[in-house]
Amino acid sequence: MTYFPEEVVEHIVDFLGSHRDRNAVSTVCKAWYQVERLSRRNVFVGNCYAIRPERVMARFPWMKSLGVKGKPHFADFNLVPYDWGGFAQPWIEAAARGCPGLEELRLKRMVVTDDDLELLARSFPSFKSLVLVSCEGFSTDGLAAIATYCRGLRELDLQENEVEDHGRQWLSCFPDSCTSLVSLNFACLKGEINTNALERLVARCPDLRSLKLNRAISVESLNRILARAPHLVDLGTGSMMVNHHTEAYHRLINAFLGCKSLRSLSGFWDASSCCLQAVYPVCVNLTALNLSYAPAIQGDDLIKLICLCFKLQKLWVLDCIGDKGLAAVASTCKDLQELRVFPSDIYGAGTTAVTEEGLVAISSGCSKLNSLLYFCYQMTNTALVTVAKNCPHFTRFRLCILDPGKPDPVTDQPLDEGFGAIVRSCKNLRRLSLSGLLTDKVFLYIGMHAEHLEMLSIAFAGDSDKGMVYVLNGCKNLRKLEIRDCPFGDDALLKDVTKYETMRSLWMSSCDVTLGGCRALAAKMPSLNVEIINESDEADEFQENLSDLHKVEKLYVYRTVARGRTDAPDFVWIL
Amino acid sequence: MSTTETGNSSTTESAVSGLDYEETQLTLAPPGGSRSELERKRGFSEGLGLSLETKDFLSGSSDEPPISGAGEPSAAKAQVVGWPPVRSFRRNVLKSCTYVKVAVDGTPYLRKVDLEAYAGYQQLLTALEEMFTCFTARNYPNERRLVDPVNGTEYVPTYEDKDGDWMLIGDVPWKMFVASCKRLRLMKSSEAVDLGCITAR
Repeated sequence: MTYFPEEVVEHIVDFLGSHRDRNAVSTVCKAWYQVERLSRRNVFVGNCYAIRPERVMARFPWMKSLGVKGKPHFADFNLVPYDWGGFAQPWIEAAARGCPGLEELRLKRMVVTDDDLELLARSFPSFKSLVLVSCEGFSTDGLAAIATYCRGLRELDLQENEVEDHGRQWLSCFPDSCTSLVSLNFACLKGEINTNALERLVARCPDLRSLKLNRAISVESLNRILARAPHLVDLGTGSMMVNHHTEAYHRLINAFLGCKSLRSLSGFWDASSCCLQAVYPVCVNLTALNLSYAPAIQGDDLIKLICLCFKLQKLWVLDCIGDKGLAAVASTCKDLQELRVFPSDIYGAGTTAVTEEGLVAISSGCSKLNSLLYFCYQMTNTALVTVAKNCPHFTRFRLCILDPGKPDPVTDQPLDEGFGAIVRSCKNLRRLSLSGLLTDKVFLYIGMHAEHLEMLSIAFAGDSDKGMVYVLNGCKNLRKLEIRDCPFGDDALLKDVTKYETMRSLWMSSCDVTLGGCRALAAKMPSLNVEIINESDEADEFQENLSDLHKVEKLYVYRTVARGRTDAPDFVWIL
Repeated sequence: MSTTETGNSSTTESAVSGLDYEETQLTLAPPGGSRSELERKRGFSEGLGLSLETKDFLSGSSDEPPISGAGEPSAAKAQVVGWPPVRSFRRNVLKSCTYVKVAVDGTPYLRKVDLEAYAGYQQLLTALEEMFTCFTARNYPNERRLVDPVNGTEYVPTYEDKDGDWMLIGDVPWKMFVASCKRLRLMKSSEAVDLGCITAR
């Protein structure tokens, strides 16, 4: 193939979008590597510590879009200490130096400071899109810098970040000349917003299609905004607290009547059933609905709403929808592809929410379902077997039974057979989260059948090292394995150390691995960073003083071409 | 299993009255769950990493000694860090939830209100009035009642407090009410007489 002129190879490679294809192409020969690297526009770095930022910028100088992920997934559940790492600064600095043509940046689970945002805003003249997901470390001052300096900004999408509130003036920093916004999401901000500035901004951005407001925005303000932007496709409401007999409520009804293009609806902060009628006119066209922040919407009112949404493809709700509500979803939403049912009562005593019945109903009615996140109080093997039979198209299946290690309540058996049925039936399963009482057998099934599994999350499961070994041996496409509170130890960890080079990362916390086992892993595999996160009193001890038998509380292993890292805090030991 | 000393007068009262400790325990299971108490506790003890042996669990041996700390499932639950696996952002949003259910005697309606959304009793009553739009408020010197104009039935707003007692709304300062109210019930005036706080009309 080396006699192919470069222009032809370039032309062919231009058709390749997926990272996987391009990565494969780049390994064919030096010439193809060069062609590919100069033509790659979208770069994705799944682990910010897998490679130094400078190398990425050097390899892909014409990069337009960069995505970087920082902390491991279990950081979402407070298992990773606050200052573990995942800093955006080196990435933004390297990009500012090496790729000034950058247009899009997407960061997930990273620490981003106001200085980082200011540098970003000033360094990339063509910058168009900033997406921050589950990040922290910045305030509204950083947002003010983005608004001020990013001429031609099209997208500012803040999803579930922890943002410090330094006042409402950041939104006023969008200059009058800013008319290019297509997507604006500040739903996660806790503070007040300058609503006049917001309404004027919306009025002068004719291409605005996605707008997600925060809780501080009143219904009155929403009315004015919708009057200016009736062409919205994706809306996250602000506060939906409104009374029936008010002017604001009637204007809300009219506002939604005017939104002919609306396909996706979310927000519903402080919403009660009173406001739902206003939304009826848009329900028939909705493909996505997120009610998971509205605990007061439930019962018959919720069902009435759902029964209008027959085009729904994506639904996020709280478990107060109940099994009865899920049955209504099953009979109405025949196009449903993604369902997430979140727990509404995390802190209190359990109120009846959803059980296996709701899930079985969904599976019988929604055969196109391919992505599920389901929090429930109980699950049975029979139900899972039925679900597996009804929905063979699952690519993502995450089940969380709230009581750790709970067996099938009818038979008192572990849920091995149920999950076994899922992995046997769903040949395209890429992501799986297990819960309930599980023995090593479930891992045998997973190893045998889950050929395309890429991410597996395990908690309070298994009997012995064999469980973990079944998974490592069997799942050829495994990229991320995260385990907590399971009886897996050094034997499992060290059984096949080269496996970890084929994976992005391994997380193990509250398991049975010892310092000795981790040291052995680090010694055998220099291509891995073996991180011990040690938060207990022994953190004061030097690592050398602790014996090999010392149990490791948190272990994070990942492949990397950048050995070690310079920004690790004291309690993180890289062996 | 010893009763924990909490300094709370109602707990010592129940100990004195001879109430079984286990009856007053908080659990995660839905009401009327068929699982035995002991098995629930084992679930939590596994969560604490104290016993990862499932053999004992499956054999259901009842002579297994209670593991310290597992006797209070509510406390055990609090100790399982990061469980259930819900993002902090979502947890915090739901944490600030002071939603309580509102029931109306004689109707199947069940609504929910967020008490923190109201500045005081007047706003709450206005909201209740809104919610059950057929009602109009009628103010008496010391009480507040809602009336269904269709049949003239009077309703008295009451609430269940943390101790499980049914009280008339309006007796305590607003903030104290918000902190202690578990749910609301619009009780028919005729029944509210039994509360002993109001006189029958």
